[in-house]
Amino acid sequence: MNSIGAAGSQALQLIASGDPTLLGIVLLSLKVSISAVLIACAIGLPIGAIAAVGRFPGRHALIVVLNAMMGLPPVVVGLVVYLLLSRAGPLGEMGLLFTPTAMVIAQAILITPIIAGLARQVIEDAWSEYREQLRSLGETKLGAAITLLWDVRFSLVTLVLAGFGRAAAEVGAVMIVGGNIAGVTRVMTTAIALETSKGDLPLALGLGLVLLAIVLALNAAAYVVKENAQRRYG
Amino acid sequence: MTTASDMRAPLTLLPLRLEDVIFAVGSRRIIDGVSMTLGAATRTMIIGPNGAGKSVLLRLCHGLLRPTAGTIRWHSPEIGGAPRRQAMVFQRPVLLRRSALANVIYALRVAGIAPEKREEHAREALRTVGLEALAGNPARVLSGGEQQRLALARAWALRPEVLFLDEPTASLDPGATHEIEKVIGGMHAAGTKIVMVTHNLGQARRLGDEIVFLHQGRIAERAPADRFLKHPESPEAAQFLEGELPW
Repeated sequence: MNSIGAAGSQALQLIASGDPTLLGIVLLSLKVSISAVLIACAIGLPIGAIAAVGRFPGRHALIVVLNAMMGLPPVVVGLVVYLLLSRAGPLGEMGLLFTPTAMVIAQAILITPIIAGLARQVIEDAWSEYREQLRSLGETKLGAAITLLWDVRFSLVTLVLAGFGRAAAEVGAVMIVGGNIAGVTRVMTTAIALETSKGDLPLALGLGLVLLAIVLALNAAAYVVKENAQRRYG
Repeated sequence: MTTASDMRAPLTLLPLRLEDVIFAVGSRRIIDGVSMTLGAATRTMIIGPNGAGKSVLLRLCHGLLRPTAGTIRWHSPEIGGAPRRQAMVFQRPVLLRRSALANVIYALRVAGIAPEKREEHAREALRTVGLEALAGNPARVLSGGEQQRLALARAWALRPEVLFLDEPTASLDPGATHEIEKVIGGMHAAGTKIVMVTHNLGQARRLGDEIVFLHQGRIAERAPADRFLKHPESPEAAQFLEGELPW
């Protein structure tokens, strides 16, 4: 108990003093995970909308695969990306292994199916309500997909955050492809794992608190946005 | 001021001809051999008991459903990809999460109306249904009657040649119903063909020129509204009216 208390108070001091190491790690984490979320949205939202509205061969297979991939184990994704990016791998020439870019790639692969799969469900529900009206107006499938994406935008905020939470909290994939190099690829989760094993509990705990606070703040913000929007737009 | 005629293609959609139309789900025939011709100018009311196939018939005419057998042919059919010349108002209005005005503008955009004309047309349509004061309000938080009037404005903005309505006042109170009927009357006066499913015989009498009485997927009787409501000729219609009318 004592060690938790001591580590806790030191952790708070670290946070309050704006320790540069801690700050650097937090900023890199945010940069990597936000980039991954943006890429995952750019790919996942259109896939989700098309899977919801479109009728094409292989649609059911796509949905099953998307749903299955929502539970991808991060270490496996890390391993695959590692193999692709390693010197001997097909993309080895690019020299991306052990860079933040590699970590963005791994996290994007991890959360794209989550964003696509959840978006597909949300948009499909809306589609069953809007289908006749949009067809009556003469809207095309593609136009309908875009219209629906915009119309369910407040619900999408929640699922984008779920993707961010998964990316930011994930440790296995970024550890493998990033290498946890101090000042270069060390993010909150990998730092927590390392500092804990080294015995630097204050830094580990401090990072843990920051991670929790970020996730909590984002979810609170999303909740407020969604509630307000629901009241305003119905 | 744009008139209805210059927003429309030169050839008219009407008359609409249905020949031996069948619509089946599995082995059940919901529409069972309907043949009729819908001409311009008159207001056609489709009535009948629950499950008679009224809404399905409307959707077949509007092209939302394809007949299992038979043909549905417009005089000069719409061209795929071109703006639609017919519109439909549903029992429960489906509105987008944006302002009332933006909902109408959306329909105009889909219809291919030039961007600079959209807002003017949309505001004019909102004025027609008495919603100009609520143009900026989010559509989905309007009252039920206002939402349905907005749905009518959205249809009206397109200046359709034919307007299909599927029990548009089924869930509205008498005041809101009256407002909707007024708007439908105005659209008819401006030259739009009205084809409406209703459950309300008073409404059929107020708005209808002719009645199409549907029974078990077939047209049991088609007659001018006055005559039909006073002296139905088919036994099914007589029985239906007896059950429905309070007098």
